[in-house]
Amino acid sequence: MTDYRVVPGPEAYFTPSAARMGIVLPEPGEAHIEGVIVPEEKAMEYAARKLLDAKNPTLHPGPLVLWNWNEKAAKKAKAIKILAECIPARIIPMPDYRPKYPKINPDVEINPNHPNLTIWHNKEDVCLFVGVHCHQANLSLKIIRGGTDCFTIAMCAQAGHEDAMLSFRDATAEKILRLAEWVSKLKGVPFVRPVDEKTSGDGGHRYSDNVFVKLADGG
Amino acid sequence: MSKEKIQICPEFYDIMPPEYRDLVEQATYGKEGRGWKDIGQSKELIESHSLCAGCPESMAFRYILASLPNPEDTVMVGSTGCTSLVFPMVAVHNIHSLFGNQNAVASGLKRALSVRFPGRIKDVVVLAGDGATVDIGLDMTLQAWFRQEKFTTICFDNELYANTGGQESGLMRKGFVAKMAPVGKTFDKVRLPEIARESGCAYVVNCTVSKPNLVEKVIRNAVLIAREIGPTYLQLYTPCILEIGKNSMEGLQEMRDSEKPGERFRYYEYVTDSAKQFLADLEAKDKQTAATAIEA
Repeated sequence: MTDYRVVPGPEAYFTPSAARMGIVLPEPGEAHIEGVIVPEEKAMEYAARKLLDAKNPTLHPGPLVLWNWNEKAAKKAKAIKILAECIPARIIPMPDYRPKYPKINPDVEINPNHPNLTIWHNKEDVCLFVGVHCHQANLSLKIIRGGTDCFTIAMCAQAGHEDAMLSFRDATAEKILRLAEWVSKLKGVPFVRPVDEKTSGDGGHRYSDNVFVKLADGG
Repeated sequence: MSKEKIQICPEFYDIMPPEYRDLVEQATYGKEGRGWKDIGQSKELIESHSLCAGCPESMAFRYILASLPNPEDTVMVGSTGCTSLVFPMVAVHNIHSLFGNQNAVASGLKRALSVRFPGRIKDVVVLAGDGATVDIGLDMTLQAWFRQEKFTTICFDNELYANTGGQESGLMRKGFVAKMAPVGKTFDKVRLPEIARESGCAYVVNCTVSKPNLVEKVIRNAVLIAREIGPTYLQLYTPCILEIGKNSMEGLQEMRDSEKPGERFRYYEYVTDSAKQFLADLEAKDKQTAATAIEA
């Protein structure tokens, strides 16, 4: 167990990778907050609070959800839009990973090769990455930690990211909606789920039902 | 990739930067008979590039990308050099290979694509400079032709290593003095088009990129012949204006001067009999389609 914590930077020019400092990835059903492994629901609540407390919360969807590759991507896109409206948060896309010349327009996009430009320009204090390929997310998260004081959240569809200050793993549309549900709950407003045969709230069982029932009971 | 997949999720359409929306709405993916005349009327498959002002290579890139018959199902393989500065700006799948390995990478890619997508047309186009094609990668270039790999090799011939300051290359002309080759080239320019012919290429062209119509024709022929018959090779003169001491506006004239009769880049074309027959059939089919369209 390491004492190292993945906290907002600026960490410095030669930021050590969190993995090198002993941070490990969460197992399924878990997440990490600043490098400490926690149950996923605890991270959901923490992330929702962070997003709500932020002055300029921003979501950064990547190519895996921006482009309409398949049904999964389309569902995640809908869920991200709902999350952004719940917070409310700005959405600044990362459409692709190419190094752009002479430089990107930080008002409208973020690029993994110099993500700090967008973070600085928009004064982002909390941001969430979703739908970004892992190798590019790793690069971005490390640069952001190195040069900015932004709190980073990774909604990763694979095994999570050590270099994010908070990372989920195995992200699905359902998991993104659960985060939106947490945001609504903390705001004290009802959350209306989109009508969908798998994720609707009208009688269909979903994982978060158990969680919120427990919370309502004081559990 | 198919054209249907080049679509933005509707939730994010309004927040995407305009160049991506233009790509979806106005690019010529899937358009029959696309060509250089689409430039200026549709979204090009090349965004801004970082080449020098007036670089003939940028013209070549624009004409080639406008002329690919099947860009949504084409993978381009590049190599180290000025071309590798442009590929990140290109809206066609592309791979950057190690210096000189481009034809080996393309061989594996072409075979893998035919296994992964049987019955679907997937074109592979190699685009590399003369250093990668003729010097460092000559082994891989020739072996791909010997094996009759079905893809197109395009060599941007600027007759020296421009990207690194002007070293001598195999395609440099005899006697030329470059910044990093002060003694001058002591042997002749390698005759790669002739070597390509002898190595089994079905279609070989040596020309400049001064005439967009011509570039469109040879690109289309090369890709279609490679698809059906065998390897094809195009050697296109894209002079480095900086290294030959020209100004930004003089690149086009340099190409025109170099394609005159007796010059290094006078038009040279070699087509095998089977490729000739293929092109004749294609032309007949195109004429028939045009006639039917007029009647309709």
